[in-house]
Amino acid sequence: MHFIDQVEEMVLGVTANKVRSGLTMLGIVIGIASVIAMLSVGQGTKKQIEDSISSIGSNLLLVMPGAQRSAGTVVRSAGGSAKTLTMSDAEALKSIPGVKAVEADSSSRVQVTTKGSNTNTQVIGTTPAYTSVRNVSMDTGTFITQAHITSRAKVAVIGPTVRDDLFGENATAIGQRIRISGMEYTVIGLTKTKGGSGFSNADDAIYIPLSTMSAYISGSEYVSTIGVQAESQEVMTTVQESINALLLQRHKVTTADFSVMNQSDLVSTASSVTGTLTLLLASIAGISLLVGGIGIMNMMLTTVTERTREIGLRKAIGARSREIIVQFLGEAMIETMVGGAIGIALGYGISKLISTFASMETVVPMWAVGLAFGVSTGIGLVFGYYPARRASRLNPINALRYE
Amino acid sequence: MIELSHICKSYVNGAEETKVLRDVSFKVENGEFVAIMGPSGSGKSTLMHIIGALDTPTTGTYTLDDRDISTCSEDELASIRKTRIGFVFQSFHLLSRSTVLRNVMLPLIYAGVTDGERERRARTCLESAGVPKNLHTHLSNQLSGGQMQRVAIARALVNDPTLILADEPTGNLDSKTGDHVLGTFQDLHAQGRTIVLITHEPYVAEHAERIIVVRDGQIVQDQKNPHPRKVSVATEESS
Repeated sequence: MHFIDQVEEMVLGVTANKVRSGLTMLGIVIGIASVIAMLSVGQGTKKQIEDSISSIGSNLLLVMPGAQRSAGTVVRSAGGSAKTLTMSDAEALKSIPGVKAVEADSSSRVQVTTKGSNTNTQVIGTTPAYTSVRNVSMDTGTFITQAHITSRAKVAVIGPTVRDDLFGENATAIGQRIRISGMEYTVIGLTKTKGGSGFSNADDAIYIPLSTMSAYISGSEYVSTIGVQAESQEVMTTVQESINALLLQRHKVTTADFSVMNQSDLVSTASSVTGTLTLLLASIAGISLLVGGIGIMNMMLTTVTERTREIGLRKAIGARSREIIVQFLGEAMIETMVGGAIGIALGYGISKLISTFASMETVVPMWAVGLAFGVSTGIGLVFGYYPARRASRLNPINALRYE
Repeated sequence: MIELSHICKSYVNGAEETKVLRDVSFKVENGEFVAIMGPSGSGKSTLMHIIGALDTPTTGTYTLDDRDISTCSEDELASIRKTRIGFVFQSFHLLSRSTVLRNVMLPLIYAGVTDGERERRARTCLESAGVPKNLHTHLSNQLSGGQMQRVAIARALVNDPTLILADEPTGNLDSKTGDHVLGTFQDLHAQGRTIVLITHEPYVAEHAERIIVVRDGQIVQDQKNPHPRKVSVATEESS
């Protein structure tokens, strides 16, 4: 028997009873579609979290005042209120090998007013390096320069949310005057939106020179955060150790009165959380796949019984056992493969719907599509084999007489 | 040519051994039309299974076209059925959701015959079995009983077998349609085909040229039938 004829026989076998084949496929379609949809939600969440972490800046180490409570990423929540870090600490950190840029900032929540409107937002006094360290880019205008720092200029760079609150959406903010703690500032720049999410929204902030901040708002030379950008991912641990050593030496203490937070620790913690989430979702979907597979086996066994006389006839006219096995296994594979393909399309559609209506990012990874297709074909092989073997072992005499 | 010598077949059921065939020997020459007759339980079905290479004898030898096939493996038997034997069953056994043509081509598909050749041979055989051309593309479950059995006969012919083996071919048909089918067998015999027909009805057996009577697993009578019952085969079947 030629291969092409064998395939034709399988296709005829599948299409001969469309309702039965359709129902068999349905189990696989649902299983695969849910695997794809669940994985896309898991992967989407993971991507969203990783994006929001990397939007803080890349290869970033954050030095905060106050002692670290325990190892890892858990930082004492009141860390910002302690006053141990100064601008000169930040200057000193620049000399550490592997450090690309250092910014220092001090922030405080204040009421900001302009003609006719006001808002409560975060005012961050900082240095020019802030843009590169914290991954902030300008929409229009310029960021704070060294000249502004030196002259304690009353200039402000505002985030898009602040612009919307004070001047209205898409209004021109550059050159406008705003009032912070009784002093008037000129808006010189607008930052690009970062799609702010989570606890610190970078879009809802006003940046002013650090020197201006300490002179007119905070009234002290202390900074609340020093952001250090390392040259690469690889040197981060070394840089972190050097920062620790240098600051201990500068502060002349043995126990740290500051803490250093490593961005990659954050990423790996978040990844492990989302990884667990993805695994959970995938295992729920996996169960429905298994049920679909057993459904296939059940259907195939029924089919074998129903087609006993046909099998007997095929054997009587010269079909070998192997040809019968290939026929039934092939039918199971066609059903699961077609079901898998439909399931992938459906799952893709569902994930699109989720991202549209549930405002949740979904990503359908290519490996999940490959996995789903492989699994559905595998199910056809595994769950089709037993019924196929049973069919091939039927005695033609008994099979022909079967009522 | 087929030759059975000292064929015995017994089934073991627990400790009990049932002898179904005891020392059956006979020979069928090419071009013969033989009826094997016997009541149910006589062992004629078992005999048919052995002749049809569906089963192997416990002892004895069965030679088909000078080849001893009594000790063949399952796959070898399948290959012999595919090339040397054409079956016609009481209940037709057509694939109901396939066309008439596809049903007849099925043995050729398993034999690995090419596409065009397949259809040509299937159409020729359908013609010699008396199936009109307009039915070739019908689904086989749309046919009448007589038409189905003719399609089944065409399927048996399509591999140009040494032997056509018919098991109660008229059992599911009314007497008039049955006569037409028997007439078809007589026509095929006239064309030089070898036919072995298994039946329990003397009336059906009388259409053959030689009648072998089996009882209790043994041949009790084997004689020529010099005046086979003639069927007036009309060119068009009414059923």
